[in-house]
Amino acid sequence: MKHRESEHAAGPVLRIEKRTQEMRGYMSWGIRAGALIAALLVCAVIIWAIVRINPLRVYAAMFQGSFGTKNKMWVSIRDICMLVCIGVGLAPAFKMRFWNIGAEGQILVGGLAAAACMIYFKNLPTGVLLLMMLPLSAIAGGVWGFVPGVFKAKWNTNETLFTLMMNYIAIQLTAYFVALWENPFGSNTVGVINGITRAGWFPEILGQKYLLNVIIVAVLVVGMYFYLRNSKQGYEIAVVGESENTARYAGIRVPHVVTRTVTISGAICGIAGFLAVAGASHTISTSTAGGKGFTAIIVAWMAKFNTFVMVLIGALLVFLDKGSIEIATQFGLSDHVSKMLTGIILFFVLGSEFFIEYKLHFRAANKEVAK
Amino acid sequence: MEALELHAEREHPPAVFMHGITKRFGSLVANDAIDLTIERGEILSLLGENGSGKTTLMNMLSGIYAQDGGEIYIHGKKARIRSPKDAFTYGIGMIHQHFKLVPVLSAAENIVLGLREGGLLNLKTVRARVREICDRYGFVVEPDKKVYDMSVSEKQTLEIVKVLYRGADILILDEPTAVLTPQETDKLFEVMRNLKADGKSVVIITHKLHEVLAISDRVVVLRRGLFVGEVPTGETTAQALTDMMVGQAVSLQIARTEPENMTERLAVSNLSVRDSDGVLRLDDVSFTAYGGEILGIAGISGSGQKELLEAVAGLQRALPGGSIIYTAPGKEPTELVGLSPRDIRKLGVALAFVPEDRLGMGLVASMDLPDNMMLKSYNNGFIFTLRKPPRHLAARVVQEFQVKTPSLKTPIRRLSGGNIQKVLVGREIAGEPALLMTAYAVRGLDIHTSYAIYNILSEQKQKGAAVIYVGEDLDVLLELCDRILVLCAGKVSGIRDARNIKKEEVGLLMTHLGEEKTDEA
Repeated sequence: MKHRESEHAAGPVLRIEKRTQEMRGYMSWGIRAGALIAALLVCAVIIWAIVRINPLRVYAAMFQGSFGTKNKMWVSIRDICMLVCIGVGLAPAFKMRFWNIGAEGQILVGGLAAAACMIYFKNLPTGVLLLMMLPLSAIAGGVWGFVPGVFKAKWNTNETLFTLMMNYIAIQLTAYFVALWENPFGSNTVGVINGITRAGWFPEILGQKYLLNVIIVAVLVVGMYFYLRNSKQGYEIAVVGESENTARYAGIRVPHVVTRTVTISGAICGIAGFLAVAGASHTISTSTAGGKGFTAIIVAWMAKFNTFVMVLIGALLVFLDKGSIEIATQFGLSDHVSKMLTGIILFFVLGSEFFIEYKLHFRAANKEVAK
Repeated sequence: MEALELHAEREHPPAVFMHGITKRFGSLVANDAIDLTIERGEILSLLGENGSGKTTLMNMLSGIYAQDGGEIYIHGKKARIRSPKDAFTYGIGMIHQHFKLVPVLSAAENIVLGLREGGLLNLKTVRARVREICDRYGFVVEPDKKVYDMSVSEKQTLEIVKVLYRGADILILDEPTAVLTPQETDKLFEVMRNLKADGKSVVIITHKLHEVLAISDRVVVLRRGLFVGEVPTGETTAQALTDMMVGQAVSLQIARTEPENMTERLAVSNLSVRDSDGVLRLDDVSFTAYGGEILGIAGISGSGQKELLEAVAGLQRALPGGSIIYTAPGKEPTELVGLSPRDIRKLGVALAFVPEDRLGMGLVASMDLPDNMMLKSYNNGFIFTLRKPPRHLAARVVQEFQVKTPSLKTPIRRLSGGNIQKVLVGREIAGEPALLMTAYAVRGLDIHTSYAIYNILSEQKQKGAAVIYVGEDLDVLLELCDRILVLCAGKVSGIRDARNIKKEEVGLLMTHLGEEKTDEA
């Protein structure tokens, strides 16, 4: 019997269907690139329609603003490192379906630990000092992860609320230490720590101020990638995230894994705090984390916990951020226009995931239409 | 095939005529140009293995899916069914395998839920109409009982009443007996006959042959999305239907050998378990399982089967006083109470456990086959998991059990239920278990796979494993097992020799506590 696929065979005009087979890698990346191009085209139309500026000039300016000069490029790289570092920290917790939204707090306490070392041990040689700051920041962040982790494991408390509340504790704690370490007196800031001796500052490597940031984050990116993918603990994380019952069935000690993983997550976010203080601002304030703990959630999610992809996403976000500041100043545009462009680009890039997950069928064509 | 003209000659066109129905999911053709008629006042069995397209076909009739090709005629008129609501206007109602009821609402509230009747909700008239429907067809529904207080059978009855309340005269029941005891099944069949006598059309989707033969007037068989044939029930046999369903001759024999070299493997005594709400789920259960035999466990679902197996596996905490003694072949007995699954594994207990909840406990849905094989052995490596052995094991299981999968790298949630179960059973048996526990190992599986699994269990028994088989199909339990332990409300209501007991007696033990006499030597 032949397939009867008559024209009166009814179906809704548009049908959405989940893809039964995963798309090939190059196809999905093609879609993402296409989305980016489409976003730039839409933005071009809007820029031209609203402000009558050649869109190409705007894009050039955005690039100028983020990667235009050597200095700007390194600052961008530093910021990318920061975002990726936090994203890497969030990845294991998120993969376990533990919604750690306390990265802000974990960064802050990590930064506090680093700043404390710089202030109280300023006479130590920088190398020793850094080697001391790194683990202490990690421990501080780890404690900030351990506490909600233990509560989750033992009493099944809601981690979203718990980690969020831990942020406020960290902010208040930071406010206290800022007051304690105030310098100069009455400024209500800590000021640049060890500005003259540069004790505890990341040293220049090959003449680059921020190369050490890159090295630390690169190690974390590679390490976390293989930790999640190939290690026994990474496997446990994946199983616990999928189903606690399965984990128990498999003989995994669920509370143990939850606590351990969240502690690791917090520790890496603590290291991000170390990067922020010792590798970037050389000071500490309640805004040291500056919302990056939340932005990194986007980075981790969009990358689907693949740490290498996080680098790309982080780069895109930093590019948009710096670029929009640049066009706002260079063309005298209002901040809102540049934010709008950022929004459009993110919308397209995020929206493209839909076409990767789903297929569209239109009745008229009765064929696969969308990519 | 000029079926339309054919029907035009008839005085009454059939209740439903589905013509050339095609449905595709991606590249998979779930229904391929299927023609199906449903007459008024008949019970039609839609028979087919899992994945043969039975439910898909009926989902199109009830407005859940839209067909890609073909037409549907209701009482001779072309119908356009785009939603379950459309289906109701045509008098079509479907009772799904998974009930669609709101637990916190009462029966009457569930019945009127979603109905757009003008004016205020008058539960009094609803109750009256519900009672009327019940009296007419022999149902028992208490309109004010909350759904969360209902047994599975009561919920199912409520679903049927709900559909009738909305004026359905074409009822589709998707695997309705899967969750019922023999007695409840009989009651359901009684109701179905009453519906038929009232001129309603009833479609029962099933893969249980004895039910098809017991209840239906006509059988339509589907295989891999194709219409294979239809026969009046009176003119066919179980064997003939099986052959149609499977497309080749299948032996419906379970090879049961006499138990050999029976050695005590698991001695459970005075085992009691409370669930997390403090409800006593197992009450003073004692029994012994021997290597070389299959011990069947029968009971209404939720009588403590799950808790029993999980307690042995270390997943449920036994109350003080209970004891589970495991004796490995040629080793000293060890006490398992108080040990975690991890401890049990470390002790070297060769325990295989196929839990009831395959994707929620036995396997990880989003992982591929090798990663699922690794579930119980991932701890073997040093820091990093060993990836090669699970890959080999996965390949072996796929080959030995004929698992249908696009590749080893496919997440197992994309596989069909039967293939998922094969992966699970395959992994558990690969460990050469001394104690093998299975809970509803064949639930949702096609005949072919089911019998393959029965034979695997028999093989394990012959290899000397103690097999504990929790099942729901009493015919199979009696054919497969050596002894049967019947659970009733968490208590052992009897342990009997499976070779000398009647199904009815087991059914009775399932609902009433026996006098605890056992025939154990």
